[in-house]
Amino acid sequence: MHFLRELWDNVREFITTVGSVALFFGRVLAQLPGALLRPSLVVEQVHNTGALSLVIIMTCGLFVGMVLGLTGYDLLQRFGSEEALGTAGALAVTKELGPVVTALLFAGRAGTALASEIGLMRATDQLTAMEMMAVDPMRRVIAPRFAGGIIAMPLLTVIFIAIGIFGVQVVGVQLFKVDAASFWSQMRSSVGLDDIMEGVVKGCVFGVACSLIAVYEGYNAAPTAEGVGRATTRTVVNSAVLTLMLDYILTAIML
Amino acid sequence: MLSNVASRPIDARTPQDSIVEVRDVHYSIGGRAIFSGLNLQIQRGRITAIMGPSGTGKTTLLRLMTGQIKPDSGQVLFDGIDVSNLGTRELYALRRRMGMLFQNGALLTDEDVFENVAFPLREHTDLPEALIRNIVLTKLQSVGLRGAARLMPSELSGGMARRVALARAMATDPEVLIYDEPFTGLDPISMGMIVRLVRQMNYALGITSIVVSHDVEELAILADASYIIAGGKVAASGSFVELKDHDSEIVHQFINGLADGPVAFHYPAPDYYEDLLTG
Repeated sequence: MHFLRELWDNVREFITTVGSVALFFGRVLAQLPGALLRPSLVVEQVHNTGALSLVIIMTCGLFVGMVLGLTGYDLLQRFGSEEALGTAGALAVTKELGPVVTALLFAGRAGTALASEIGLMRATDQLTAMEMMAVDPMRRVIAPRFAGGIIAMPLLTVIFIAIGIFGVQVVGVQLFKVDAASFWSQMRSSVGLDDIMEGVVKGCVFGVACSLIAVYEGYNAAPTAEGVGRATTRTVVNSAVLTLMLDYILTAIML
Repeated sequence: MLSNVASRPIDARTPQDSIVEVRDVHYSIGGRAIFSGLNLQIQRGRITAIMGPSGTGKTTLLRLMTGQIKPDSGQVLFDGIDVSNLGTRELYALRRRMGMLFQNGALLTDEDVFENVAFPLREHTDLPEALIRNIVLTKLQSVGLRGAARLMPSELSGGMARRVALARAMATDPEVLIYDEPFTGLDPISMGMIVRLVRQMNYALGITSIVVSHDVEELAILADASYIIAGGKVAASGSFVELKDHDSEIVHQFINGLADGPVAFHYPAPDYYEDLLTG
């Protein structure tokens, strides 16, 4: 009985949270056109969420690509088809690893920064002060940060994919001496525009999901040090779970 | 259009000289009554102090006056307009007639002093940059911090941060300035500066000031009229002299800073010895 009550409480809390996020999303979307009319605010947030994440995205993209080169070569050489490394690596990075790993890194770097910044603004009365100055924080703080996130995320995904493919090439062609012409030509003939679009679409969807979670958690953080810490943790955990769930759904749809 | 709505009374007019009126307000949080039939009036052009022991709902009252929260019943009228019945747009239009100084200043931490004061001007007006600069420097000069225009909030002392917040609250020339615990945590010099500024702003600019605090000495110098709130109602009101001679026990305890009285020294607890023995 106790278990059932606890289960029911959790289900009810989950439904309430989903409803609350949906309402918040509606409010953000309503303010988005206004935010886009002030490009300086959005550009600043693209810099904060995108440009400042660039080094970590490029470094991780390179290493993910190189690991993929190592494991891919090990697998393919057993079947004597090392030349397919370019195709296998490019498809894996473009369709799956690029968008997913970028989203996880985005949530860890930019998402936590957004959530803690907004949470601290809440804790130090900055958002209330704006409301008292007749400035809507949804329009001035939340919408530009959300817009910055959804613009930066697909760009970071494309950069991750490009660096990842370079990483596969470094290991496959430079280290294991796979024929360069076969590597690139097989990749070009097998990887189509629809594969690239799949990666970009996933990047856009994950960008919306991760940015929404970050601004939602920050805006609704309890105005205490512990509250901001919890909001930051929830941003990473919820973003990671939602990204992987959405990845399955999108992959199934675009198969 | 919106400012017309805000400046036009749409409800029963308050008396001519009162800009804020709280009528029979009841408000509770989580079943605990904060106000139970609160009535008070803030006179236009005067400095009114709202005092009371900690936890009596002074800041909650400010939040009711500014429409951040709504009363369970009763009315909060600002210049005849019932604040609790306004939609977001009308409320924001009304708030452009108010300025509020927060206890911690609530400055935007990623903007310098100049940009903090310029913030409401940039958000609400299309004034040219040169004019915004002049207005900001004028406001900063009035609080003695023109030289600190390019400092970041993290480089300011508590008193300086509050003076910057005051300059920001004054930037759009509001009709009413609301101060939430303006003296808390300040050294005597900074406190003296804030007291002087509140008086200067009020009488030189002809605005109305509402000061929420429990610093009796400062308010005795500053306020034209005072309210003491206790037990969810106004326990006493009048000039400081009148409050000092008030026969209410709680007013006597509060004004004289007595450790024990109607507000007990001990938080309610079981019998002390029983508690020790059962441990």
